[in-house]
Amino acid sequence: MNPEPEFNIEYVANLARLALTEAERRQFSRQLGDILHYVEKLKQVDVAGVEPMAHASPVFNVWQADVARPGLPVGAALRNAPAQRDDQVVVPRVVE
Amino acid sequence: MADDLIFQPAAALAALLAARKISAVELLQAFAARTAAVDGRVRAFNSRDEAGALVLAAAADARRAAGQSRGPLDGIPVGFKDVIAVAGQPLTCSSRMLANFVSPYDATVTTRLKAAGAIPWGRLNLDEFAMGSSTENSAFGPTANPWDLTRVPGGSSGGSAAAVAAGETPLALGSDTGGSIRQPAAFCGLVGLKPTYGLVSRYGLAAFASSLDQIGAIAHTVGDAALLLGAIAGYDERDSTSFRVEIPDYREELAQRPGPWRLGVPKEFFGAGLDPEVGAAVRAAIEYYRQAGCEIREVSLPLTAEHAIAVYYLIATAEASSNLARYDGVRYGHRSAAATDAIDLYARSRAEGFGEEVKRRIILGTHVLSSGYYDAYYLRAQKVRTLIRGEFLRVFADCDALLSPTAPTAAFRLGEKVADPLAMYLNDIYTIGVNLAGLPAISIPCGFTTGGLPIGLQVIGQPFQEARLLAIAQAYEQGHGWSQRHPAL
Repeated sequence: MNPEPEFNIEYVANLARLALTEAERRQFSRQLGDILHYVEKLKQVDVAGVEPMAHASPVFNVWQADVARPGLPVGAALRNAPAQRDDQVVVPRVVE
Repeated sequence: MADDLIFQPAAALAALLAARKISAVELLQAFAARTAAVDGRVRAFNSRDEAGALVLAAAADARRAAGQSRGPLDGIPVGFKDVIAVAGQPLTCSSRMLANFVSPYDATVTTRLKAAGAIPWGRLNLDEFAMGSSTENSAFGPTANPWDLTRVPGGSSGGSAAAVAAGETPLALGSDTGGSIRQPAAFCGLVGLKPTYGLVSRYGLAAFASSLDQIGAIAHTVGDAALLLGAIAGYDERDSTSFRVEIPDYREELAQRPGPWRLGVPKEFFGAGLDPEVGAAVRAAIEYYRQAGCEIREVSLPLTAEHAIAVYYLIATAEASSNLARYDGVRYGHRSAAATDAIDLYARSRAEGFGEEVKRRIILGTHVLSSGYYDAYYLRAQKVRTLIRGEFLRVFADCDALLSPTAPTAAFRLGEKVADPLAMYLNDIYTIGVNLAGLPAISIPCGFTTGGLPIGLQVIGQPFQEARLLAIAQAYEQGHGWSQRHPAL
């Protein structure tokens, strides 16, 4: 419970799948260092025994009947695809 | 005629339509003409579908002529923040990532508004993916504040607020994750309502921070906000956080709730950083309630005042980093032409498609969720969130609602805060706790600075007590004429 506010921007950018420029890496490192320094003050709060809260709606474990319903037609689902062929999305090769 | 129409509340326009004094086509034409005249300077709209809107307006007129009007919203134009899906219309989130995206389906709020006869007639600018407080983080350029074109309209629903304030649409939908409806409403002299989390379906709202996002109304009057809320609220099985609660006729409820009320004033919301003119206007509004017979109590929200912003920027960025993982250049959105393999495709498409603030928040959110940091940042923030909600609920044991400023200052200048993200985040200090606790809140006009900029009063209500919240807001509105002032453009 005592991580340094500094962080490895290249490591995080890779996790986030973001190809940052050198200028962005420098700028974000500095700005996010400031922000992480600011949020350090949360350590002052006593949270012993406190349940974490995921959202504020008083509903939990919502179930829906398992009934087939019409979805988007293929044409509509593919309308925004950047590349498509034979009713499928075209992507770069992922296996050799 | 047109000049008389463009600043009328939607309820007044509905009365004109019902009395056949105007047609829905004429009404749409009046707003289209106004928009053509001023939007080059205000830049509230990302896109408009005037031709489609005229077809819908003609259909509304035909229904009314046949005695089959769908009610007060039938034929009323509504502007949509460009994060809410309308089938066949663009949905850009003001991002290069979605520059060419067309919605394949309607959001639930869209389905409901169409069923009420309302006309979704244009897409309104915002901070990219609703991340910001000034509408400067838009890939399409900033929107200007109609009261002073050198100032921001607030954000992230800045286009929605500017369009209503400039008389380009009588009603607009916004979304509010940390104040994104209330703060622009305050900056533009309007009413902005953020409903209780779970009251309005998020289905078809592009997700930013799912546990905080809520769609709401921006309007000239409290009555109009009630009208729009009544049309969009209610349970939806397509949103798993949607709550089953009976939706009253909010406008009828308004008339039946005369007060007086017990109103809390959080003392921490009047401290350092609050502009003196804003503080004076809000204190005068509190005094008005006191004179009207309300019981005014000083209350304390120490954890909220001290920690809400830190909690928010951990939780909101964590959720954003997860939600925005879907933009990978594969199924929709921008795809880089330079990619060599799949991983490279993701990283380059995202780097090219997202703007600076979005990247900054994704990086922060990814970091706080990453191994070794999760417990210290994200989990801890969720626990403090529990304490913040408890703090509000304890105060509500003795109060019907809370009164505060909506924002610490009036509208700031374009460019004033863009270089300092933390300063921009601190601007949300009075609004953010409401989202963390899932409460409803409204901003209403409560005066102007000596420089002529609008000031907003925030009223925070108990969960699912929108009818009472609206009644409290309207009690102030009816004693004042702020909503009759409009910017000269």
